[in-house]
Amino acid sequence: MAERLSPLARFTPVSSGDLRIAEIPFLTQINLRVDPKSRAAADIGLALGAPLPTEPGTCASADADLLWLGPDEWLVVGERGRDLEGTIRAAAGTAHAGITDVSAQRTVVAVEGPRSRDLLAHGCALDLHPRVFGPGRCAQTMLARAQVVLAARDGDAFRVFVRSSFAGYLADWLMDAAGEYLGVTPR
Amino acid sequence: MLLIPCPWCGPRDEAEFHYGGQAHVAYPENPAALSDEEWARYLFFRDNPKGRFAERWNHTAGCRRWFNAVRNTATNEIEAREVTA
Repeated sequence: MAERLSPLARFTPVSSGDLRIAEIPFLTQINLRVDPKSRAAADIGLALGAPLPTEPGTCASADADLLWLGPDEWLVVGERGRDLEGTIRAAAGTAHAGITDVSAQRTVVAVEGPRSRDLLAHGCALDLHPRVFGPGRCAQTMLARAQVVLAARDGDAFRVFVRSSFAGYLADWLMDAAGEYLGVTPR
Repeated sequence: MLLIPCPWCGPRDEAEFHYGGQAHVAYPENPAALSDEEWARYLFFRDNPKGRFAERWNHTAGCRRWFNAVRNTATNEIEAREVTA
């Protein structure tokens, strides 16, 4: 039987006291487009356990993570194998909404530890200070010239959603930039 | 590098945006009735002021929404912006 390989299957997780980098493969990701003022948006929020966040650059966490991508667009993220699409479709009913499974579009790199902000700041123009980009914030931006969705979680933990075809490049870049925090001699 | 204030995402690097040219250029009501010269004028002719200029931007690396901004072409200051449908 064919083995399912994640985009970073060959990436070895690294960890030091200051920094941990690892892939979280195969998360279920649904792109959701719906009018935020509609009944369907409220019903979908109920089904997922939290209202769809309408403030730009924020995410909500309940049964799934709800990341704001645009004024009428969200990324719903749940654990591997979960039928989020079915849940959302059932909640939306026949309402006008776009519900697309994009799980294979991006993989997720977890960057955690007290040095995570320093590492990401090497390639990201956003202000990542906890006062501005603390837990519950998310943003679509560029990291090392690759388009990513950044989500800040509790502690100094980030999830970096990166397109599958860019994942290898971004992992290489992260490892290169992280050298000083991992005690690795630069190549 | 310009710091462009996206109406949704806030100030972001110019590299995250795609430029859409002059704003408020209306599509001709009856294109078939235009002469070649008028059609060419609609397609290719744009204002090129020194000073305030209304232009379209798309936040391609962010929320991917179009918006209009008034940029001062002499100083690159962005003075106003509006969300477009």
